[in-house]
Amino acid sequence: MSVANDAIAGHGGPHGTIHGGTHESAYGGGVHGSRKSYSIGFLLAIALTIIPFGLVMTHASVGTPLIIAVFAVAQIAVHVVYFLHVNRSEAQRWNLMALVFTGIVVCIILGGSIWIMHNLYINMMPGMMQGSMG
Amino acid sequence: MSTGSITAHGGALAFRPGYADNAAHALRDLRPASETIDFELQHHHDAASTAQLGFWIYLMSDCLLFAGLFATYSVLHVRSAGGPTPQSLFDLPYVLAETVFLLVSSFTCGLATLAMGRRSRGATLGWLAVTFGLGLAFVGMEVHEFAHLVADNAGPDRSAFLSSFFTLVATHGLHVTCGLVWMALMMVLVMKKGFTPSTESRLACLSLFWHFLDIIWVGVFSLVYLLGVA
Repeated sequence: MSVANDAIAGHGGPHGTIHGGTHESAYGGGVHGSRKSYSIGFLLAIALTIIPFGLVMTHASVGTPLIIAVFAVAQIAVHVVYFLHVNRSEAQRWNLMALVFTGIVVCIILGGSIWIMHNLYINMMPGMMQGSMG
Repeated sequence: MSTGSITAHGGALAFRPGYADNAAHALRDLRPASETIDFELQHHHDAASTAQLGFWIYLMSDCLLFAGLFATYSVLHVRSAGGPTPQSLFDLPYVLAETVFLLVSSFTCGLATLAMGRRSRGATLGWLAVTFGLGLAFVGMEVHEFAHLVADNAGPDRSAFLSSFFTLVATHGLHVTCGLVWMALMMVLVMKKGFTPSTESRLACLSLFWHFLDIIWVGVFSLVYLLGVA
């Protein structure tokens, strides 16, 4: 994460100073990003897409669901940092807070639904499941 | 802060907090004056960043909509009612091609915003056109996949698994379609009006929307297609 932030901060280099004062601050602290940050993000995203597809298509690995989940979370982080340019700057504070809040709610909705329905399934009497279970 | 100085220095220096408050008031009184000078210059920029924060909040609420659909799918994907299962339906190379189209379109959308930052109208329109083409290819492939499934008697009415699958994936597809319409309108707007504060702010929002849809797609291909087949 800190490496990623450095890379984003790094885009402020030579043309960041021309751009930075007038334009980027106006659009929430660098929504435009830089060619470098988009390129890094794109290459990382491609890698994080190809690898899990490759693993599943070649039936190579054990414990695949966990690996897929890890790659998905990593790729989402890459998109947020390099494409949406969310960072810890002052201008982005509310964006970051809304994102963190949304992340928490998403985890509650997903985790809660799966947990509750799993328990429901386990505790359900066998006779009540007829026909509907795949 | 002022309470800190009371406890630190005791009763003898009780006037200190008051002194600090006065200084704070003085600073507060100074600030609006300098802000009014900048106001004219800042006005458009403030409006643009407010619009962008508002749009961001919309994206977050859209994210919650998708969270509901993802939760529904992850609960129902085992309920195939004796019909086709994820393993028998999904064609991973096809989905990989769709994914790459959408990912490259996200990158070219970023290049379009960079071109906008350089005030290059031709490059902005060019990259937007490339993004539009890739997005259209994505939607086309998805419609083709859906038609194929329905023709194979695996439509949304077949099982709870397929109902939730179609709802989730088609909701994403509809978002992408809306994004395409918006993008076409923006291209016309940039062609006619060039870069105004209003078109720039809208293009920045469109770019956020497009990247956001790519993030949702990461969830879709991981949860639905990869986990379905693995």
